[in-house]
Amino acid sequence: MSSESVDPETVAHVADLARVDLEADERERFAAQFEDVFNYFETLDEVPEVESEPDLVNVLRPDEVGESLSQDEALRNAPATEDGYFEGPPVG
Amino acid sequence: MSHNAFITREEIDPEDSGVLDGQRVAVKDNISTNGVRTTCGSAMLSEYVPPYDATVVSRLKDAGATITGKTNMDEFGMGTTTETSHFGPTTNPVDDERVPGGSSGGSAAAVAAGDVDLALGSDTGGSVRCPAAFCGVVGIKPTYGLVSRYGLVAYANSLEQIGPLAPTVKEAASLLDVISGPDERDATTREVGGETTYADAANGDVSGLTVGVLSELVDGADEGVAAAFEETISALESQGAEVHEVSLDSLSHAVAAYYVIAMSEASSNLARFDGVRYGISGATDEGYEGNWNDAFARSREAGFGPEVKRRILLGTYALSAGYHDKYYKKAQDARAWIKRDFDDALADADVLASPTMPVLPPKLGESLDDPLQLYLMDANTVPVNLADLPAISVPAGTADGLPVGAQFIGPAFGEEQVIRAASAVE
Repeated sequence: MSSESVDPETVAHVADLARVDLEADERERFAAQFEDVFNYFETLDEVPEVESEPDLVNVLRPDEVGESLSQDEALRNAPATEDGYFEGPPVG
Repeated sequence: MSHNAFITREEIDPEDSGVLDGQRVAVKDNISTNGVRTTCGSAMLSEYVPPYDATVVSRLKDAGATITGKTNMDEFGMGTTTETSHFGPTTNPVDDERVPGGSSGGSAAAVAAGDVDLALGSDTGGSVRCPAAFCGVVGIKPTYGLVSRYGLVAYANSLEQIGPLAPTVKEAASLLDVISGPDERDATTREVGGETTYADAANGDVSGLTVGVLSELVDGADEGVAAAFEETISALESQGAEVHEVSLDSLSHAVAAYYVIAMSEASSNLARFDGVRYGISGATDEGYEGNWNDAFARSREAGFGPEVKRRILLGTYALSAGYHDKYYKKAQDARAWIKRDFDDALADADVLASPTMPVLPPKLGESLDDPLQLYLMDANTVPVNLADLPAISVPAGTADGLPVGAQFIGPAFGEEQVIRAASAVE
């Protein structure tokens, strides 16, 4: 069984992809725990390829106008709003 | 003793009269309630107040139920002990030094303590059945597609269903009668389950019922748990059930497959929490610093606890370039294999049976340090979610004075069979 080695830099890279800041000690701790988990996931190598044909079909219908939230309701939980819009961080 | 079963205690009145008249029902705090905060056990949503009801909540109110509060849970459903909640752990009413199981631990504890008559939980990999087993109550994980997930805050949507918890099989079944059935707001519901009489199936009659015992899941259980389970099966046999053993090769891969799929879906589902529309803002007192990625990463660091971060990162890793085929694709193969094995086994048996949990409820703090050991506790419950099947956990005696649960698994939309089998155990 091959084994996956995970260092704190790898954890930092994945955390960056997932947009989650981590403290240094959390990166260390996660690296050790992830190594255990990925070594366990290695057991999936033994799984044969399985033909599965899920009976899925696309079901399309025309859009219909229905009830929806009012603008006030939709904005009620936002930490910051401006002129009836969500206020978000600057782009770029 | 409160057991810290509730995150929010607030009464929601019924809107009509029906089969749940006078019944007090607790609702897990990842199920949306209009005007009553819904936290998912997370700091991220500690002040989030939904502007609409989940479909199951509307159905409770229409059936005459009084909702008495929102119950504690592992953060976003990610845990097996209710210890990852931002609002502190729930304790087990049977033994206050022990966990109630999870992630619907608050719902199970509230039922076990008699705070409520009934409760709703959600089950992604065992989160209704595990706490039912640990607290000595009944819990049902419905067939995927039987109960609407509209208004359930998503963790791993290909796996999860909302399900009832109750003191008896009959009461759990009658709550399922209320919440099941198609919903135009959840495209994965089917045209079944609208006019059901699941409660009538709780008649204790197992004469001629064939039960396949999943030997791998009995062998993996602690001695005391296995002994209580085997006694339960013998009792069913003496009531006229026909029992045989079943061995499924695919089951040894279920936990790995489940966690790869659940974490991958979680990494995508929880991307919505960026502190803009709801949740903890990534802005500082001076406004936003850096670009939007910096702001989102700060919001998510502040809002999520360690287990949620762990699962989002593991899921992101499993889906990233170079690893997708190795983990995610293999996990989907394992899922299809498990499904096929269950279909074959259910061709020769009306229900399959195993202990619900391989262990007795651990003490608080005992199992948090080693995530992998915690994941392995789910060995007997996750195969059912991977196969989209219905299952029930029913109290099946005790070991060392602690509750043991027996699990019965049926074919898709075969809820009556598992309810009938479980009712004969009571």
